[in-house]
Amino acid sequence: MKAVIAENISKQYNGKPAVEKVSFEVDEGEIFGLIGPDGAGKTSIFRILTTLLLPDGGSAQVHHWDVVKDWRAIRNAVGYMPGKFSLYQDLTVEENLHFFATVFNTSIQENYHLIEEIYVQLEPFKNRRAGKLSGGMKQKLALCCALIHKPKVLFLDEPTTGVDPVSRREFWEMLKKLKQQNISIVVSTPYMDEASMCDRIASIQSGSILSIDTPQYLVKNYGNQLFKVKANDRYRLLEVLKSVPSTKSYAFGEYAHISVEKGHQMEASEIRQHLHQNGLTGVEIGDAEVTIEDCFINLLH
Amino acid sequence: MRTIKFLLYKEFKQIFRNRSIVALILFMPVMQLLILPWAADYEVKNINVALVDQDHSTYAQELISKISGSNYFNIVSSTSSYDEAYRSIESDAADLVLLIPPNFKRDLVKNKAQKLFLAVNAINGTKANLGAAYMQEVIKEYNGKLLTEIHSVGRNPIPHRAEVTFSNWYNPHLSYKVFMVPGILAILVTMVGGFLSALNIVKEKEVGTIEQVNVTPIKKHHFILGKMIPFWVLGNVVFTLGLIVSWVIYGIVPVGSLLLLYSFIAVYLLAVLGFGLLISTYSETQQQAMFVMYFFMMVFILMGGLFTPIESMPEWAQETIKINPLSYLIKVLRMIVLKGSTFSDIAPHLGTIALFAIGLNGWAMLNYKKTS
Repeated sequence: MKAVIAENISKQYNGKPAVEKVSFEVDEGEIFGLIGPDGAGKTSIFRILTTLLLPDGGSAQVHHWDVVKDWRAIRNAVGYMPGKFSLYQDLTVEENLHFFATVFNTSIQENYHLIEEIYVQLEPFKNRRAGKLSGGMKQKLALCCALIHKPKVLFLDEPTTGVDPVSRREFWEMLKKLKQQNISIVVSTPYMDEASMCDRIASIQSGSILSIDTPQYLVKNYGNQLFKVKANDRYRLLEVLKSVPSTKSYAFGEYAHISVEKGHQMEASEIRQHLHQNGLTGVEIGDAEVTIEDCFINLLH
Repeated sequence: MRTIKFLLYKEFKQIFRNRSIVALILFMPVMQLLILPWAADYEVKNINVALVDQDHSTYAQELISKISGSNYFNIVSSTSSYDEAYRSIESDAADLVLLIPPNFKRDLVKNKAQKLFLAVNAINGTKANLGAAYMQEVIKEYNGKLLTEIHSVGRNPIPHRAEVTFSNWYNPHLSYKVFMVPGILAILVTMVGGFLSALNIVKEKEVGTIEQVNVTPIKKHHFILGKMIPFWVLGNVVFTLGLIVSWVIYGIVPVGSLLLLYSFIAVYLLAVLGFGLLISTYSETQQQAMFVMYFFMMVFILMGGLFTPIESMPEWAQETIKINPLSYLIKVLRMIVLKGSTFSDIAPHLGTIALFAIGLNGWAMLNYKKTS
């Protein structure tokens, strides 16, 4: 059975399309990523799938329930973690968890095994009010609250935005463990490095899906030549690179990446020469390893 | 049922955790009831009078001593020039000028008639009105006494005069406090119920918790009941505190039945909470809800019959007031507390408020959606 099926779902706000004919399927026990810049329509898709927003067109099913007709069943069976922290800030960690367990007619004890690993980190602060937790702790608590009723599908809208890199890594480790419990996860993120942690990723821009593939497939099928360059004057380097014909260049860590357009060939020495001619010194150039981020930049341009 | 229990548990916990709100709920009404009835007093005292005595006769002296002998007037100046006295009105030193013309006594005795002149500063309408009325009262009394004297001197029969005496029912000493306290209590109950319910639900929207609650199986009416019941209880607590204060401080004990009083408050609170709920469904932020609520409160209070009698308002206003729930509460509180009205007396008002409760809550329920 598919965890989520979305068929041509659309949503407009005041006549402006936010989601345009989006279709995808999520398998059971899969981590499915929605990757795209801010305003791409990720949150709208989440709100439609969690029955908080009615689609203008198309249909969607979560765990074979229709998002419009069977909203009540879906609300019993999914966990949703909105992008904005939305637990009761004036209740303590324990009270929040207890509250969400009881409204789902269950108890903390019953599904403790699901949250145990996360909750042990929260335990020392269990009497602290949720509003007084650090960003990472808040996310962990929100995940616990979304998990406490053993949902079949978990929807996580930018769960790691504003969280430090260590906590982010931990968070993704937890998601992998949940996957082993056969919980399907739909997660959105604006961070490219997190995309590679998903089983499959859909890249979204301006409300439309550009591609759906496994991260490995995307990287393998990058297809273009990719160079990394470094020079003493970084700003001038990026300026000069713009003038290299039939290439795209962008800053990438301490390097700049140059992607050669399909159907063109280029030698590293050609680029080096071009840079020297423009008075750049300390030029280092070599082949770059393709990352998921390069794939997206390629897709989005 | 179980869900409501947990929602209530959560709600009360949140309310009592917010110390400033608890303090506001408990102390604000008590403090206001302690202070406002002393300040919000219609009785006009200390009316400043500038006298212009151009006669200097014994009659004039007698009139002046009558005026200064009453509690209402302060004689701030006594001159013989009207212009000078008028300037003291301009400089706000006097509220009214009484001119006793030259030959006041002579003309009065000879012609059996005389005129006094009263100039009133009408910037403060109430004070001007009442000041002039009090002054006329004093002069009338003096006039009556003069008539008796003159007639007895002339051995003429004393003309028959009809005098009106009156007694004040339900508030024998015509104390404004007795009149104001139930009204202020009505306002407090309305404010606590209306503001708290409106702001609380909008806060859930603003913070985003409502998103999280909406994806749970909590039913719409459960959520709303979970919000209404705590504020309904708090409204009753405020009302009880208010009754205690008016008994201990002002000695006002409800003449009518307490059960009737609480029954009316029970229904009234449902209406007010429904109104708060309705506003919350239309507002996205606490600021919006606050302003909308404030706007309505202003209208409710000023057109509620507490400060100015409804009967003296223009017809369109009287029609508008029929949809002002506060006006019913003020009326009914005064009826039960001061007059001892019974169920049959307040039944029409109770019915209207019940309709308000059903209408407002129904509208709010329809407008509150878990899905947009």
